[in-house]
Amino acid sequence: MSAATLFGLCGAALAGLGLYGVIVHPHPLRKILAFNLIGGGVFVILGIVARRGAAAGFTSDPIPQALVITGIVVAFAATALAVALVLRLLHETGWVTLRPDLAIGARPDDPHC
Amino acid sequence: MSLAFALDAILGLAVLAVAAWTIVARDAFAAIVGFVAFGLLLALVWVRLAAPDVALTEAAIGSGVTGGLLVAACSHLRGDAAAAGIEQPRAILRLAAAVACVVVTAGLAAIVLLLPDPAPTLAPQAAAQLAQTGLGNPVTAVLMAYRAIDTLLEVVVLLLALVGIWSLAPDRFWGGRPGLRQHEDPNGMLVFLARLLPPLGVLVGIHLFWVGAVAPGGEFQGATVLAAMWLLAMMAGLVDAPPIDRRWLRLALVAGPAVFLAIGLAGFAVAGAFLAYPPDHAKLLIVIIETPVTLSIAATLGLLVAGPPERAPPG
Repeated sequence: MSAATLFGLCGAALAGLGLYGVIVHPHPLRKILAFNLIGGGVFVILGIVARRGAAAGFTSDPIPQALVITGIVVAFAATALAVALVLRLLHETGWVTLRPDLAIGARPDDPHC
Repeated sequence: MSLAFALDAILGLAVLAVAAWTIVARDAFAAIVGFVAFGLLLALVWVRLAAPDVALTEAAIGSGVTGGLLVAACSHLRGDAAAAGIEQPRAILRLAAAVACVVVTAGLAAIVLLLPDPAPTLAPQAAAQLAQTGLGNPVTAVLMAYRAIDTLLEVVVLLLALVGIWSLAPDRFWGGRPGLRQHEDPNGMLVFLARLLPPLGVLVGIHLFWVGAVAPGGEFQGATVLAAMWLLAMMAGLVDAPPIDRRWLRLALVAGPAVFLAIGLAGFAVAGAFLAYPPDHAKLLIVIIETPVTLSIAATLGLLVAGPPERAPPG
């Protein structure tokens, strides 16, 4: 197995891990983190496509590499916007939840019960 | 099994372990620290995949700036674990999610294992035209010449994200300063670093931007280092975040996309297509575009982390 295949499998596992986090974590900030893990996995898979496309004296195909660089920057922009939305939700309602029945004025006195 | 492959396997396992930590950690702050470590390990993976430009971007933006953004958000959310406490999904949902994610991973793994051999590649085409661009780094040639429209749109996406964040501000704060003001502790470690690092950091940022033409680096990586130095000075309280309605600030934000677009449109007249460069002057035009773009990206990244205005405008 080549290093590219190894890291490709690693990227596949990252995407799965991230998807699990997006589904099971109730807190939006943790969902954002997990979503970035999915992104990391997808970028790595694109990266091994670049590595396998090494030719013409380049050790890696530059076109997928440039796509990944663009992707990382856009992922950051989306993350920043998502975080700003979460903080705005916190300022509006006093806490952060995605459940509409809990969102407005329903903060329990003892949340751990 | 060679030593290099064994080291790669250890690196891959470390990446997965840290990624798993960011999912299972109970404390959000611990998860974010794990995420920063994940980004740095992923940068090593990019080095091993012979993609140093991507490695720099991942370390600077994917790990550094994103980590700073999340740590700042986490400090606002302290004590908000309440919601998570009563919203834990049931075990059956966790199990179903785990099964679904294993299926997704297996599907992606199958694709990775079944990739065509020999792999399709555009590297020969990229190499054939490289001399015409006057650049030595093929990745920069893709970003600034072959696929310059992607980069133009990317810079616009950054601006749109900033517009989106600013528009989340309550009306009374519109035109005010983002809420990063920290009280300066003149003997603090942060202030010491904020005085020591920026002169070096600005040099490193400009170097990364300039050297991107021939070696790993480029305007995004350079701009990120510049933005980090600005954020460091803001967090230490040495400079305050600017009110968002300042004209010089708006000019700095749009200068890059505006120059990029103007030269792109001029391409119709001088080279027959949008964003086409006349072959003799390609390198010069690319540098003319990259300089204001670097400035605009640095300003945009800094303000994206600073967040929406949280203080009423002066006067």
